[in-house]
Amino acid sequence: MSATLHRLFLASLLRRRLATALSLFAIALGVALGLAVQLIHSAAIDEFGRGMRLIAGEADLQLVGARDGFDEAIYPVLAARAEVAEASPVLVIQARLPGREDALEIHGVDLFRLARVQPMLLPRAAAAADAADTRFAALQPDNIFLSDEARAHLSESQQLESGEFAAPALRGGELVLQSGVRSFALRVAGEVPAASASLAVMDIAGAQQHFDRIGVLSRIDLKLAAGVSAQMARQSLATLLPPGLSLRVPEAAASELSTLSRAYRVNLTMLAAIALLTGGFLVFSTQLLSVVRRRREFALLRALGMERRQLLRGLLAEGAAVGLAGGLLGVALGHGLAAAAFKFVGGDLGAGFFRGTQPQLQFDAMLVVGYLLLGIAAGVIGTWLPAREASRVAPARALKAGEGEYAGLPQVRGGWRPGVGLLVIAGLACILPPLNDIPIGGYGAVALTLAAAVLLLPTIARGVLPVLRRGRALSWRLAHARLSATPGQAVVAGAGVVASVALAAAMAIMVSSFRVSVDDWLAQVLPADLYVRASVSSGSGYLDGDALARIAAVPGVATVDTTRQVNLRISDEEPLFTVLARPVRGNWGLPLIAGSSERPARVNAADAAGEIDADLPPAWISEATADRRQIGVGDRLTLPLGGQLRHFIVAGIWRDYARQHGAALIESADYVALTGDQRINDAAISLAPGSDAATVAAALRADFGAEHLSIALPGEIRALSLQIFDRTFLITYLMEAVTVMIGLFGIATTFAALATTREGEFGMLRHLGFTRADIGRLIAIEGALTASLGVIAGLLAGAAIAWILIEIVNRQSFHWSMDLAVPWGALALFASSLIVLAALVARLAGARAMQRSAALAVKADW
Amino acid sequence: MDCHFLLLPPMLTAHALRKTLPGTPPRVLFDTLELQVGAGECVAIVGESGSGKSTLLNCLAGLEPVDGGRIEVGGQRIEGLDEDAMARLRRSAYGFVFQAFHILPHLSLAQNVALPLWLLKTDDKEADARARTMLTRVGLGTRADDPPHELSGGEMQRVAIARALVHRPRLVLADEPTGNLDPVRASDVLDLLLEQIRDSEAAGVLVTHSRVAARRADRVLELGVQGLVDITERA
Repeated sequence: MSATLHRLFLASLLRRRLATALSLFAIALGVALGLAVQLIHSAAIDEFGRGMRLIAGEADLQLVGARDGFDEAIYPVLAARAEVAEASPVLVIQARLPGREDALEIHGVDLFRLARVQPMLLPRAAAAADAADTRFAALQPDNIFLSDEARAHLSESQQLESGEFAAPALRGGELVLQSGVRSFALRVAGEVPAASASLAVMDIAGAQQHFDRIGVLSRIDLKLAAGVSAQMARQSLATLLPPGLSLRVPEAAASELSTLSRAYRVNLTMLAAIALLTGGFLVFSTQLLSVVRRRREFALLRALGMERRQLLRGLLAEGAAVGLAGGLLGVALGHGLAAAAFKFVGGDLGAGFFRGTQPQLQFDAMLVVGYLLLGIAAGVIGTWLPAREASRVAPARALKAGEGEYAGLPQVRGGWRPGVGLLVIAGLACILPPLNDIPIGGYGAVALTLAAAVLLLPTIARGVLPVLRRGRALSWRLAHARLSATPGQAVVAGAGVVASVALAAAMAIMVSSFRVSVDDWLAQVLPADLYVRASVSSGSGYLDGDALARIAAVPGVATVDTTRQVNLRISDEEPLFTVLARPVRGNWGLPLIAGSSERPARVNAADAAGEIDADLPPAWISEATADRRQIGVGDRLTLPLGGQLRHFIVAGIWRDYARQHGAALIESADYVALTGDQRINDAAISLAPGSDAATVAAALRADFGAEHLSIALPGEIRALSLQIFDRTFLITYLMEAVTVMIGLFGIATTFAALATTREGEFGMLRHLGFTRADIGRLIAIEGALTASLGVIAGLLAGAAIAWILIEIVNRQSFHWSMDLAVPWGALALFASSLIVLAALVARLAGARAMQRSAALAVKADW
Repeated sequence: MDCHFLLLPPMLTAHALRKTLPGTPPRVLFDTLELQVGAGECVAIVGESGSGKSTLLNCLAGLEPVDGGRIEVGGQRIEGLDEDAMARLRRSAYGFVFQAFHILPHLSLAQNVALPLWLLKTDDKEADARARTMLTRVGLGTRADDPPHELSGGEMQRVAIARALVHRPRLVLADEPTGNLDPVRASDVLDLLLEQIRDSEAAGVLVTHSRVAARRADRVLELGVQGLVDITERA
């Protein structure tokens, strides 16, 4: 095709600037959201991976176990093996900084091994008066070395959630740290020059001693002998390892983290895909109407000798141009969004997976090209049907004067069959099992339900419009008649509304159900009057028997219940598994959905064959554990505890919204008997009648030192948890708002395009005595009616999608069940506001047609 | 010629009308134009392309302002009425026939014809009955419930004529009503239009290029800068 002809097509885009700009913007948003999610995630994973590589240094394999560490007895066994050239033991402590809310990651290392395996972590002593001091500084148990980042961070005061400021942890060359419920100071003796993350290094023996972890290691980094591959070493060494330990390549840590956040990320990407899909719909509707409007132009071109194919190509080029421009804008916007997210939300997209990493935005050419292609695809696919329609126009007929402007609108008579067919397939897709923890069947069902809702729009229009026929006002009557006669218009204008309402309604129902369930769950799991902890579960603060006795002695404390939380490694592939050890008395604080707090009387036949099952201690597993391991009440659960495999009988299944990768709860007494571990993470205090929580909290702070304990009322924990919940869904709300905007754009572009094709009609009505306001009202009512149809279809589809999200997608990706809670009020408000907005938007979009001189409009032939 | 309308007060009076088109210097389309059309009378206006025939029609309809002079429809002055007041007056006092028909495709024939009555808030049943009567008068009584897309051009214009007269307007304005029709259909439609205007005792102003069409009117006026010149005898 000649350049002139190309210009002819592209000039058409410039003629309808508003519609083109809106479609372009919708595609840009879809591209931007998808790209931003990807960019943020890959930057966060990259950053985390870089940190891991630095720490692993030249290690070929790492021995890892439970988060709290493992018995160091395995160290000499491994170090003596021929396959192993060097073995470097590490104890990693998440050291609590008294009074502050952050923690410091301390690597307790063996200096001599470190130099050979992880040279990047080698500390450098600051110059001292005595040369010997400098030489042996790193071996002193009271010395610690900080990376530049850690030093900068710890020298600053920290603003707490309460708004108060905590003093710098590093004062006068000394760093104050907490172990258990006491503080101690280490001397900052130098730096870790090659480290780029916020971390500290000290002698391993000193770390074990100060943090009361004698005989415990977190990791052993192995450098293999020449000629030994990681694969070979893993195989030959595996037999030596006690249960709960695993050997893996250093890169596995990053992929484990990626697995952790995958379900959340896939969900976000799906939302972006829906935004892009809506953008495609928008291109479809604007192109379709533009094609209808230019029917005679095309007929003329065809009559003048343009080939069918040339016309098709020209129109597809229009769509591709919009897609490309939208894609380019989206790529720029996506990078901007990612940069903004890093600044304001952090690399975890508000979900808490990558806390502590400070990722850098990177340009990924492949990713950018991929998303540009997606944008172009949305433009071309959106144009395909209208272009085909246009290329099929019979020139002679279209050129004839008096040919109605609706001739080109697809006469979607649309029986109910295709739509219902899609719904049936959607139902079948729900039965599919997840693939790699990704609920592909569920997502497929969501897409199919959306498509079905759009296809069923004419059917819904036929069902709903007769009910609305009663209106007496002329504008109402005309709008109603027009919509009843051209259900195709409802499809074109309403498709975007259906998609956005369905998505928004589904998310609203899902989030509301989830939030109500989480709130109920929190009320159930927090039955005590006061909660005390020394640090988060993996931190260096803990309570012991002595501390518990002191708590029990505080006036006003009736009983103290304790929880010990440990994270175990079950297999090489799975993320860490949580074991909670606490007393289980009569269902206290345990949101059971199956089984009971009593040990089951009958064990399952398969396990009953086992010799000692009858005496096994009970365990209560979370829904995720039951789902992932396919076990239920009466089945056997095996956990690597205290270096051995221990068996339990599942006594019940409980709802757990805190740990998506599985948890089990066992009796404290059983845990202590099996492991000897007496530490406590949380103490739940029930107050004596007449005692006041604030007074007891004050007494506890006075006894232990306010900086050593976090004390919270259940209400505070609940509020904080719900706050975190809301933050997690923040990005979801943002995306919802965007899709609703895109839906409204759909109404706007359709009505802007329709209004120009209907100038003759409006001119005639003005001649007959319609005022401009009457015409405005007519367009607004048409907009409202179209939106109402879209809203009805969208709400129905939204309810179905909510069910899929709750029962399929959430179950398969997070293994959470929840109780349905429909936010009726919010949905009604949303639906009615959208209808009003659609009326306004249609009215605004049609303004140009109303401004045109009525005398000229009736003359206009095309 | 039936000249009964000469005995009645004129339905349409235009006095000393002046219309210029903007430009440097402004172009005078017509000046001191005089026109009177009685009830039941049909006047055809002819002229060169660009002479301002359609503009005159728009001025008479109150859709374009005049630069001077006075227009009365059924005794009511229209210049100086604001846009909405003019729209309301058009509802009751005007009927229009367009070259491109402008029949709404999503309404049945009866509904299309009833449109002006709906605008006047006539009772639904009465509006429907009058629309059907009107359709019968234009020869489409049996097709009142059909959608318009099955009609030929001539039939469409018949529906338009029925719509223009169903509310018994005082003035019917038709701009090239036969421009899109073949000569035989054009002749039929024109006969029908004139007959209906006369029967309704409205005043009719017809703008046309066609001398043949013009000759069927009661008077033929040619539009020039100096105003309208009666050429009935010459036409």
